[in-house]
Amino acid sequence: MSSISCRNLCRTFHQGDEVITGLDHVDLDIEEGEFVCLSGPSGSGKTTLLNAMGGLDTPDEGEITVGKYRVDKLSKNELAEMRLHDIGFVFQAYNLIPVLSAIENVEFVMQVQGIAAADRGARARAILAEVGLQGLEDRRPGDMSGGQQQRVAVARAIVNQPALVLADEPTANLDTRSAAQFMDLFVALNRQHGITFVISTHDTRVMAYARRLIRMRDGRIVADEQQEPHGMAV
Amino acid sequence: MSVTWRLAWRNLWRHSRRTWLTVGAMVFCNVLLIFLISLQLGSYQMMIDNSLATYSGHIQIQQRGYLEDQQMRQTVPAVARLAAGVRSVLGVETVSARGLAFALASSEQRSFGVLLNGVQPEFEPAVSTLPGLVRQGRYLAPGDRGQIVIGAVLARNLKVGLGEELTFLGSGRDGSFSAGVATVVGILESGMDEIDRSVAQVPLSWFQETFSMGDHGHSVVIRVPDLDRVPEAVQTLQGMLPAGESLEVLDWNALQPGLRQAITSDLASAWFTYVVLIVLVAFSVLNTQLMSVLERTREFGVMLSLGMRPGQLARLVGMETLLMAALGLGLGVLLGALLTQYLSAVGFAYPGMDELGAKFNMPGRMYPEVSLLSLFWGPAVVVLGALLAAIYPALRLFRLAPVEAMRAA
Ligand SMILES: Nc1ncnc2c1ncn2[C@@H]1O[C@H](COP(=O)(O)OP(=O)(O)OP(=O)(O)O)[C@@H](O)[C@H]1O
Ligand SMILES: [Mg+2]
Repeated sequence: MSSISCRNLCRTFHQGDEVITGLDHVDLDIEEGEFVCLSGPSGSGKTTLLNAMGGLDTPDEGEITVGKYRVDKLSKNELAEMRLHDIGFVFQAYNLIPVLSAIENVEFVMQVQGIAAADRGARARAILAEVGLQGLEDRRPGDMSGGQQQRVAVARAIVNQPALVLADEPTANLDTRSAAQFMDLFVALNRQHGITFVISTHDTRVMAYARRLIRMRDGRIVADEQQEPHGMAV
Repeated sequence: MSVTWRLAWRNLWRHSRRTWLTVGAMVFCNVLLIFLISLQLGSYQMMIDNSLATYSGHIQIQQRGYLEDQQMRQTVPAVARLAAGVRSVLGVETVSARGLAFALASSEQRSFGVLLNGVQPEFEPAVSTLPGLVRQGRYLAPGDRGQIVIGAVLARNLKVGLGEELTFLGSGRDGSFSAGVATVVGILESGMDEIDRSVAQVPLSWFQETFSMGDHGHSVVIRVPDLDRVPEAVQTLQGMLPAGESLEVLDWNALQPGLRQAITSDLASAWFTYVVLIVLVAFSVLNTQLMSVLERTREFGVMLSLGMRPGQLARLVGMETLLMAALGLGLGVLLGALLTQYLSAVGFAYPGMDELGAKFNMPGRMYPEVSLLSLFWGPAVVVLGALLAAIYPALRLFRLAPVEAMRAA
């Protein structure tokens, strides 16, 4: 269901009199289970593209299909529903709820998803263990390192077993070691659960993990290459 | 506890000082409302009670129809015996028998029509505050016969003083001609013209003799310890009325229709104060919740991106407000209950109220009425006001777009 197809996507922003190009006639297909990196200089449209795929932002023109959804045609509520159940998001800033512990952050999303209270605790614990946070379940975000917080964010994103994870510069605030461990986690999740990953990054070390590397500039795709992943710990 | 309630609760304490200030405003408002409302209800009780204490009592037993027609013939037989019976049935001393007759009173110089009131000197002070208002001479005493106590204005009108005599002409119960002479032993001054112009009290036995009443009178007047006990006492009395007589038991509402309404009509003006208080607190809540929503724009943006709906965020804000209001309610009712409970035990007086009370032979303190109504009415409306005030901040969440919200600093 996670195959993504973008046809002729255009998005412009208006800032005063200035017209800024976010996406400029983008065509792109991503198959189920792919591990894709979007790279490109700042302002090239990576975030805009991810947001369009996740239904956080609506393009001015073009079509996007994500699995069974015609994303550009959905109402706000349908988009929320899609994000809640079928897409996981990981953002650059850790974006956890600061007053909830690691496990509560995960449980909170599960509660919104309508998962029965009895099932939440055990599942949240298992997911946190899977992302390597065993023993840290009751820590608040403020008492965790950036890498640990980002793992909680991943746990939160994958707890409902989405077919697609969209990650916008997830390692930007992590040191090299944490970033490598973090990418290893993504690769493992991609292999074990067949989750499709689309990751935007500036970081060449992150790009090294990708099997498909897409380069953007000025809102256009300028290169789209398959490559042998050569991430450090793969 | 669901994660959402936990989240709502902890969100309150992210800015604990701000939360405490808002809760503090609610507590203050709640305590003030509880105090004002219970004082108000208490003062109605007191005003009604004071007004009844002057003369009419809480309950009277009369001949059926006497209240409307006031006919001399509509009597209560063996009135003193009935009063004694009531005393023992209710277990209170505050019961007195009365008779009432129209007569022409003449002094050496003037004549005036008066309503001559036969009373039991030993019991009348227990049911009426008038005997305590005698300013010259004394009130009637047991064993008195041809003695009379009159109001100060009446005394002036008749140009009589203490020790001087008044002659009475009237008609007895059987329609016969009656006449009598009584000596003024006391002059009563209440400051209320209507009373000072009309009071003329003589011993009941002398009254019965003079107006050929036999052992009859016109009413038995009863005071009970507390306004709330009236219905119960009325029921008891209805059970003890001698069969075959067409007597009726009248409570104060029947005796003085409109009294309650006249006294509680100032409720409307008090409402205004309450509404202002509640609106002020609501604005404080509005301000707090608006700030708290605005500073969390980014966080809410993330929640929206995760698939939460604006309605769910709004509910979160509602829950936070509810928790805050519940805290204000709990603390407010607790403190308010302690305060009013204390005041209802020791009483509460405005400056100068004591002297005023002494002057009118009335209680100098008021006692707040503590009840579920006075404790919870105000605070419940405050909770409602707080929730209403949270609507605007919550509505703003519906305008939030996830991407813009997350771009916010
Ligand atoms: N909401 C917005 N309002 C105005 N301009 C915007 C908005 N969002 C994006 N842009 C502009 O659109 C262009 C593409 O932005 P985008 O965020 O997609 O780039 P990016 O590749 O993610 O950059 P970065 O690597 O810095 O995150 C940029 O020039 C940006 O300034
Ligand atoms: Mg970006």
